Amino acid sequence: MAELNSLSAPPLTTGRAPETNLLKINLVGFITIVRKEVNRVVRIWVQTIVPPAITMTLYFIIFGSLIGQRIGAMDGVPYTQFIAPGLIMMAVITNSFGNVVSSFFSGKLHHHLEEMLVSPLSVGTIIAGYVVGGVVRGLAVAALVTVVAMFFTELRVEHPLITISVVVLTATTFSLGGLLNAIFAKNFDEISIIPTFVLAPLTYLGGVFFSISMLSPGWQAIAQVNPILYMVNAFRFGMLGSSDIAIGTAYMIIVTAVVVLFATVFYLLDRGSGIRA
Amino acid sequence: MKGIDLVVREGDFFALLGPNGAGKTTVIGIITSLVNKTRGRISVFGLDIDTQREAAKACIGVVPQEINLNIFEKTANILVNQAGYYGVPRAEAQRRAEKYLKALHLWDRRDDIARNLSGGMKRRLMIARALVHEPRLVILDEPTAGVDIEIRRSMWALMRALNESGMTIILTTHYLEEAESLCRNIAIIDEGRIIENDSMARVVSKLQREVFVLTLQERMDSTPELDGYDVKLRNEHEIEVEITKERTLNELFGTLSAKALHVTSMRTRSNRLEELFMRLVDSKTAEGSQ
Repeated sequence: MAELNSLSAPPLTTGRAPETNLLKINLVGFITIVRKEVNRVVRIWVQTIVPPAITMTLYFIIFGSLIGQRIGAMDGVPYTQFIAPGLIMMAVITNSFGNVVSSFFSGKLHHHLEEMLVSPLSVGTIIAGYVVGGVVRGLAVAALVTVVAMFFTELRVEHPLITISVVVLTATTFSLGGLLNAIFAKNFDEISIIPTFVLAPLTYLGGVFFSISMLSPGWQAIAQVNPILYMVNAFRFGMLGSSDIAIGTAYMIIVTAVVVLFATVFYLLDRGSGIRA
Repeated sequence: MKGIDLVVREGDFFALLGPNGAGKTTVIGIITSLVNKTRGRISVFGLDIDTQREAAKACIGVVPQEINLNIFEKTANILVNQAGYYGVPRAEAQRRAEKYLKALHLWDRRDDIARNLSGGMKRRLMIARALVHEPRLVILDEPTAGVDIEIRRSMWALMRALNESGMTIILTTHYLEEAESLCRNIAIIDEGRIIENDSMARVVSKLQREVFVLTLQERMDSTPELDGYDVKLRNEHEIEVEITKERTLNELFGTLSAKALHVTSMRTRSNRLEELFMRLVDSKTAEGSQ
């Protein structure tokens, strides 16, 4: 420590307004946040990548190979093939939400979120950085689950553009959802409430394991309130070419969810809700 | 806050003093956008933090009072990321991270995660993080709280060097001695109000009296009588002497010599900030009651 005073002070310009290219700041800042988030996913891959792969393998073994053989076909395809798109979407939803909620809340809890809050980054850039981080994890896990699924069933992609756009939009929706949850969360309990009591029931009832045509008209009407139903079916349409709902309606609902969530998160972060005193 | 009006000139080394809960950290929080203000106006180098918030924030580096590092991140990555948040491209950010980690003697720990650093290292890392985008204004919120004297003196030298290079520095501290040693101007804040704002020299000159602890060569069984001074016996070799602003230390030493008492060492006893602060509060209270 004796030589601590040997710092050569930085060259500074004094006496005139600082030159700040906000576009450059936000572009570099965005890349920095995405890189940080992706590094985090990779650094703790045992927590972020491996568990969904194991869980989905178990689903395929139990619901696909063991029970699925007794169920037979659903919507004209073998049951294992029918549940594959739903299970991929389940992994995307859980992981994109979980990535953002845990990373952002951790930043709040340990106060290192302040590193960004004191910086000149715009609110939109911070949101975009975290959301892209969540989307990357969602897609990485989706790719892994797809590989797992290929060991159990034949997979095909009937509509590649629809498949890719729906999975990206869904990951975006739930990354924004995770961010919204993290903004309000004050402790670890509050980041597990939404996944446990909202996401899990909606996902299981969102047509992952069954076609809503199996339900009575009354239950079908109730099921159609669930936005995850539209995401799962749109993705299934992209892969298998069959769906319980109209693809246009599904896109409208997913895009609306993205816009509403983004606007809400932007409004809250801009006014400092949950992050400023 | 109860209506603060404060100007810090460019290039200044400015002290913001006050007791716990006075509002120092709140003021810093408002300047750095970590605390929402309800009203009022703040500008940084002429940039309004409401209408030109991003441009204003680009000029500021802040070292908070509490450790707020990502404890799971590598030391070097913390600096590279922070530079990135200010638009510094990655290659340049890595170069600067090396420069500041070396300057703060953390280069050997660049691959350690922050959790494994000692308390003093974490404080130095926070200073490096505040400097990595090379801001024009650095705000240090009690940067030396809880650090040992060696690190504290090293930090002082660093802050002086930065200020001499043209950087404006705002320092909050509990220690008047620290502010007196470093700063040219000072504001004292209490209960959300500025109760003093002047040059350091003028504020310190308002100290009316000071208590010194003198260690004497001679053994004393009772309190020595020194005409014109209030004296207390601390132990058989130490006395406390209160000296007013009108008297000089030479006069005191003359009186001691006349009593054949020889001083081997001397230090101030009182917390000068506390004394100054109490005096200012008393005078404001007196003004208010008139």
